[in-house]
Amino acid sequence: MNPQLTRRRFIKGVIFSGAAASTGAGVYLAANAQPGSGGAERLITLNINGRNRPVDVMPSETLAYTLRYKLDLTGTKIGCNRGECGACSVLINGVPNYSCSVLTHNVKGKAVTSIEGIKGSDGSLHPIQAAFVTENAPQCGFCTPGQVISAVALLNNNPRPTKAEAARAMSGNLCRCGAYEHYINGVLRASGQIA
Amino acid sequence: MSMHIGFDFTPPDVPGKVTGEIKYAEDYKKEGMVFARLLTSPLPSGRVAGIDATEALRMDGVVGIFTADDLPPVPPPGNPSLASNYVTYVGQPILAIAAVTEEIAESAIQKVKIDFERRPFVVDPLTSLAPGGNNAYPEGNVLVRTTEEGPEGSPIRGAEIRDVKWPQTAIDALKSGKEPIGGEFTTEWSFGNIDEAFSNAEVVVEEPFVTMGYPHHSLEARTSMAYWENGKCYFHGSSQSQSANNNGLARLLNIDPADLVFINEATGGGFGSKIGAYPIMAVSGNFSRVLNRPVQLRITREQEFYIGSARSGMQGWIKMAANANGKVTAVDLVIVNDGGATGGGSGNSSAQHVTVAYQPENMRYRGISVYTNTTPRGAQRGPGQNEMAAVLAPLADKVANQLGIDRVAFRRINAIDSDGFQGGSQGPVTSAFVKEALDQGMRTFGWKEKLEQPKENGSKVRGVGVGIGYHGAGGRGYDGLVRIGVDGKLYIHSGVGNLGTYSYAGTCRAAAEVLKMPWNHCEIIRGRTDRHLPHSSGQGGSNTIFTHTRTNWVAAQDAVSKLKEIASSEHGGTPEDYEIGEERVFNLRDPSKNLTYAQAASKAIELGGKFSGEVAPADINPITQRAVEGLAGTGLIGVAKDNLPGQGQPPGVLVGFCEIELDRDTGKYQILDYTAIADCGTVVHPKNFENAMRGGAVWGVGLAALERHVYDPQNGLPANTGLYQAKPPTYLDVNLDTQAGAVNIPDPQNPTGGRGIGEPTQGASAAALASAISDALDGHLFNSAPTTTDMIINHLAGNEYSTKSLKTNTF
Repeated sequence: MNPQLTRRRFIKGVIFSGAAASTGAGVYLAANAQPGSGGAERLITLNINGRNRPVDVMPSETLAYTLRYKLDLTGTKIGCNRGECGACSVLINGVPNYSCSVLTHNVKGKAVTSIEGIKGSDGSLHPIQAAFVTENAPQCGFCTPGQVISAVALLNNNPRPTKAEAARAMSGNLCRCGAYEHYINGVLRASGQIA
Repeated sequence: MSMHIGFDFTPPDVPGKVTGEIKYAEDYKKEGMVFARLLTSPLPSGRVAGIDATEALRMDGVVGIFTADDLPPVPPPGNPSLASNYVTYVGQPILAIAAVTEEIAESAIQKVKIDFERRPFVVDPLTSLAPGGNNAYPEGNVLVRTTEEGPEGSPIRGAEIRDVKWPQTAIDALKSGKEPIGGEFTTEWSFGNIDEAFSNAEVVVEEPFVTMGYPHHSLEARTSMAYWENGKCYFHGSSQSQSANNNGLARLLNIDPADLVFINEATGGGFGSKIGAYPIMAVSGNFSRVLNRPVQLRITREQEFYIGSARSGMQGWIKMAANANGKVTAVDLVIVNDGGATGGGSGNSSAQHVTVAYQPENMRYRGISVYTNTTPRGAQRGPGQNEMAAVLAPLADKVANQLGIDRVAFRRINAIDSDGFQGGSQGPVTSAFVKEALDQGMRTFGWKEKLEQPKENGSKVRGVGVGIGYHGAGGRGYDGLVRIGVDGKLYIHSGVGNLGTYSYAGTCRAAAEVLKMPWNHCEIIRGRTDRHLPHSSGQGGSNTIFTHTRTNWVAAQDAVSKLKEIASSEHGGTPEDYEIGEERVFNLRDPSKNLTYAQAASKAIELGGKFSGEVAPADINPITQRAVEGLAGTGLIGVAKDNLPGQGQPPGVLVGFCEIELDRDTGKYQILDYTAIADCGTVVHPKNFENAMRGGAVWGVGLAALERHVYDPQNGLPANTGLYQAKPPTYLDVNLDTQAGAVNIPDPQNPTGGRGIGEPTQGASAAALASAISDALDGHLFNSAPTTTDMIINHLAGNEYSTKSLKTNTF
């Protein structure tokens, strides 16, 4: 997947892949919940935050669901469950994805990083997290894990983004509180452009 | 010299938000928890004639069903937790099914058969008011106050639903921008003599206007999880408020508030929609009691659209007059509010905005709120005031332009000051420094310089605008509670909710200030009722900074008094001989006679009585009484009701300045500059102040330019339930270089000098943007919020496009 995805391209891709939940769907796509006749393997091992995690996964289960409700990684938030808000963003092989719109079976063999995997191994905050604290960036905080994920992915690809580049890269993450400037300032701070 | 007020700090919940470790209601689990899902109405209006859940209840794993029959009836126009006899909007919850897994619950919901009886419906207030128009309820379309107390059990005593119809001539007049003579109203007030003022005016401007309702779209849908232990209900909910939620939620659960433990560590947005207990909370709590198991009810994004509340729309008419000096001499205002299926409009608040923004010498307001079969309406960030600000700003510009007066100067002539008034009652304000805010804003923004710059550049045209936002910003009479522990730390108990404004934390700084405590020796106790939290205001209405700096101040003053009493009893003399500092209470003449706070706390426990909370003040709220009882004997207790003197409404006022560049080929525009200056007294927490200012600026763009309900008038179906269709502003829609400042003149009625500012941040932004759009288009008035890009391009193309249909909810 192209790491420079725009929000619109991402959503179009999700829709055409058929992975997006319909408007009326809940967290779980009940209509697809029955075991498939093809006998898909359900007990799989996922690489989550550098650890191998065995987990029983239904055929149409989304990664957001698996993370939150099977692996108890509740830092990943489900804001819309239809690829619109970005609160559920995770990194898959370093690329930000909406985990509500990714089937868990599709990430077998890939490295998944959720918000719980962003801190350093010594427990220290990632520079993006530290900068977001300094900027008092979160308001309600529900979108914040997704904002952190997108910001980390941005700086991994573009260590000194302009404000416009940062805005475009983060534009798939809605913040209903409107804390956009503070998140952008956090990105600039973490990239050493403001002190 | 202040230690804390006016300085930055990191609220204690911020690190948990960037790591994902902080918990929202949906993040909690409980052993034996089952999952409930909702069945919602596919119809805009009708009744449930029958429910057949036989097949659903036969499914393995289904543990129960919960319907309106399991709850006390809610007469119309109340908002029932689950609907039965009155289904009044698409998406209204009908029943819940619980199962051992969420997928089973969802599958079971699909197997339920509902026999609905349809009723006529309406999605536009003026359509309902017109002769022969449908009503949202069989009984009528308007809540009318009666002189009697009203029927027993009525959710609103002294009021009833009536069928109100206007003559067609009044409907037509309103749509054509004229006074709707013959129209009936439910709220009216006036002061002065508007007729005389209009006849003597230099300029009179008369316009219709329309604003659209739109959902709050809190990013955290209102999930809840409840369970019962030892006769108490433990309720994990999503709420703006903490203590202010207790009594309402206890009523929904039919229990004594003392038997409720409400747990709310963090809330994913509220914006007015979660100030108090809301109806769907009754389902998880009562269902859990019936099943005797923990129940989690998760709400989908679409369901949050339906039940998560929405701003009321307005269809109105305004006539404004000014004299040759630029003084607004008269305003005549008519507002038809869209009450949605339940709830009400905020026309009176809209009128209040007019009074504060322009201080008219004479004014009349007439309003009516009409029910429609659309989502319930409630308070949303500056309800009434902010949408009024958006449509009023270009109209005020028109008055100024006709007078030949600069638009900022016009606002300065009419600006409220500390002797000014607010509302129809012309009540006093605690203080106001709006002229100073306008002056500061002009300088920061470079208003005069920007006006002198060339306006046109090829297809691009620049526009500059100015706007005012206002909201009442504070209350009185709540309680504060602090405890000095035997470890010497200051524990500040806060019953204020946490929806991300951090005012719960900022207001605690007032207690630290009084007790001269370093912040790292303070701990805020909050988030769960059983942590012994005082009676606090609802976390809404921009009130917290004013209200709870006062409560924490008086509680800390009570602690100081007790420290001095304890020290004098230990070391002799009178309390007046003692002072506090460096976490000690010491004798002024002989500082060697002192007690550390830790020693004083131990002494307080020895002394008992009022010192350690065994005896509490008589005038505190029962919620605080219970909290003090829970803390008794654990340290030195400072507790008091805010009885500080003063009168008048503290105003939160903001002035915004906006510059845009509009492309006449596409109708699209870019915000080049946005400057906002607040008159909110002393800024208590600068970083968080900036957050409020910038977040509100984003909300203003949504209100002025993007967000609205869309309903299909043929079928009553909502067309934009998702975030992508509803269009809350994104990073790409807003200015990312907001210049935020404050007059920073202390309010005399707050010991820290602070007043609130959360809500008007949106109104000023919306008003300034609307003003700038109008300026870019040579003063054209759209008289609509939002003013969308397609409206602009149609205007530029000379297409027939008019807001005079005043359609709201539909096109």
